[in-house]
Amino acid sequence: MTLAIDVRGLNKSFGDKHVVQNVSLQVEEGKICGFLGPNGSGKTTTLRMLCGLLTPDSGEGSCLGLDIITQAGAIKRRAGYMTQKFSLYEDLTIEENLQFSARVHSLDRRKDRVDQALERLGLIERRAQLAGSLSGGWKQRLALATATLHEPRLLLLDEPTAGVDPKARRTFWDEIHALAAEGLTVLVSTHYMDEAERCHEIAYISYGRLIARGTAQQVIADTKLVTFNGEGPGIDRLSSEISKLPGVDMAAAFGQSLHVSGTNRAALEAAIAPYRREPYCWAEVEPSLEDVFIRLMETSQDNFR
Amino acid sequence: MSGFSATRVLAVMIKEFKQLTRDRLTYAMMLALPVLQLLLFGYAINSEPRHLPTALLVQEDTVFARSITSALRNSAYFDLVAQARTPAELDDMIRRGEVQFAVTIPGDFTRRVVRGDQAQMLVEVDATDPSATGAAVAALAALPTQALGADLKGALARPTAEPLFEVVVHRRYNPEAITAYNIVPGLLGVILSMTLVMMTALSVTREAERGTMESLLATPVEPIEVMVGKLAPYVAVGLIQTAIILVLARVLFDVPMQGGWLGLSLGVALFIVGSLALGFLMSTVAKTQLQAMQMSVFYILPSILLSGFMFPFRGMPAWAQALGEVVPVTHFLRVVRGALLKGQGLEDMWRELLALVAFVCVVTALAMARYRRTLD
Repeated sequence: MTLAIDVRGLNKSFGDKHVVQNVSLQVEEGKICGFLGPNGSGKTTTLRMLCGLLTPDSGEGSCLGLDIITQAGAIKRRAGYMTQKFSLYEDLTIEENLQFSARVHSLDRRKDRVDQALERLGLIERRAQLAGSLSGGWKQRLALATATLHEPRLLLLDEPTAGVDPKARRTFWDEIHALAAEGLTVLVSTHYMDEAERCHEIAYISYGRLIARGTAQQVIADTKLVTFNGEGPGIDRLSSEISKLPGVDMAAAFGQSLHVSGTNRAALEAAIAPYRREPYCWAEVEPSLEDVFIRLMETSQDNFR
Repeated sequence: MSGFSATRVLAVMIKEFKQLTRDRLTYAMMLALPVLQLLLFGYAINSEPRHLPTALLVQEDTVFARSITSALRNSAYFDLVAQARTPAELDDMIRRGEVQFAVTIPGDFTRRVVRGDQAQMLVEVDATDPSATGAAVAALAALPTQALGADLKGALARPTAEPLFEVVVHRRYNPEAITAYNIVPGLLGVILSMTLVMMTALSVTREAERGTMESLLATPVEPIEVMVGKLAPYVAVGLIQTAIILVLARVLFDVPMQGGWLGLSLGVALFIVGSLALGFLMSTVAKTQLQAMQMSVFYILPSILLSGFMFPFRGMPAWAQALGEVVPVTHFLRVVRGALLKGQGLEDMWRELLALVAFVCVVTALAMARYRRTLD
């Protein structure tokens, strides 16, 4: 197995804010790794350090076998990076944006590559349209096409589907899986749980620290969270009442049902015992990735304080 | 929820005030601009310059010549800064712009004055900027009586109505004192500064503001490549502007073009590159397009007021002239006016060209040092 990303002990501070603390991350070639964590947890900073946009204060490692500190230039030629904000030229056309990217990377067969990319996107007819006039989903697909035009070996995506509708998100992810199937390594940050579940593995970062790592099932199992699902009319209204009980780490309403989770099974069962009555009906369920993440977020916050 | 609500106005007002004070640079500009303008307009600008540098060529050593010399020395308008030995030397001084006035007292001056035989002294004026010399030229009318009144006594005394000698004023380079001849070439410097500095200052901050800079930095493109690639189109813009201004100056305003094309071309090239690099430097400092805009205004203001474009450079007090020497436009204006109006060659304007070279080097070096290839 070859590691596309292999970094150890990355640190980065802005002023007195220690944004990334001792992050180590290994991603195998050809894998899609989901990068998760609350807002402001250091995901973007980590991605920027990996592609040479930021210099780490300390730490070492390599991307695609190239040193992230001394060979940032070479990494830039072999990696594709898609920023959080749409950052193509809105006042250039779709085709001109692709051509610019092709020229900046000094690609050969420019015209062919741009035409192929347009065809893959299904934007041949709209090639002369200004990029700024595209809808959110199309903008992201164009940005992806631009970031992969030079056939990078590593793709870093920073919340690529924020604010994009479900259908466009699905198309986007189908494209990412197609790219990974060709051997491309993808590190993608996201807040969507369904997207996290579509990744081969996930890394969870909170307050600058990497706190969970593995496949979705492993991460769920590692937290040792027990979750009960309660159903019944008006049960969602009990959420704030139940969440205050000892043994309950969190309670979240999902429409007509309520997820109650805790790490201590006995205490949790004791807590919901009074509510095991008509018209409610309880059953133990597998905790969802979301339950696990919210749990991780809360515990890491506690550690931080 | 209709009508005019004072509470709602207050809400908007408070928000506006807070935003105004949040942007430090805007805040500073609001306070600094009026102060700067007051100081410049109030103290530095003087539309009736005195103490203009004057060179003297005396071709006879007589009492009268010395009297005229001391009369000039005593006048507030003229500062005798040089004594020329030959007419050619005197001519060089005025062509290079080292002096504003060149005074010649001819060899037969005393003889003619004593004889009452139409004695003349020659005052050559560098009239490229008519407003700089108007008052001084007017003051020359009183010179004969002031200078020689005391010497011509007794047998030499004359009826006062008759002038003792004639002051021949020769306005060179702009004999009809047409202001446009001075302003139009000067506009070249001001227009180039305004458009080029502002456009480049905005072009990089625009990328940073829209977020495209992040994508650009993630590509293999090097800082020098970004700078050259970004500035090259504006070099073309600057050259087109120069061509338009020169053609219009000739066609509409009849501005004389005496030559000096090599110096002019060099000056234009240096000035365009320097202005672009300055804009680029500003954009590496400014965080928003608004800030970049304000910085360029801050640069353009002294370029107009202190460069000698609008008001005579020599009319300003010494401290303002020293400040003016730091403004690149000052040197560019001297190159353009020198070339077009006086036909100066490289040997006359090399100092100004050197100043422009220094401007380009310093600003480019600073811009390169400030431009970051990362987001740190």
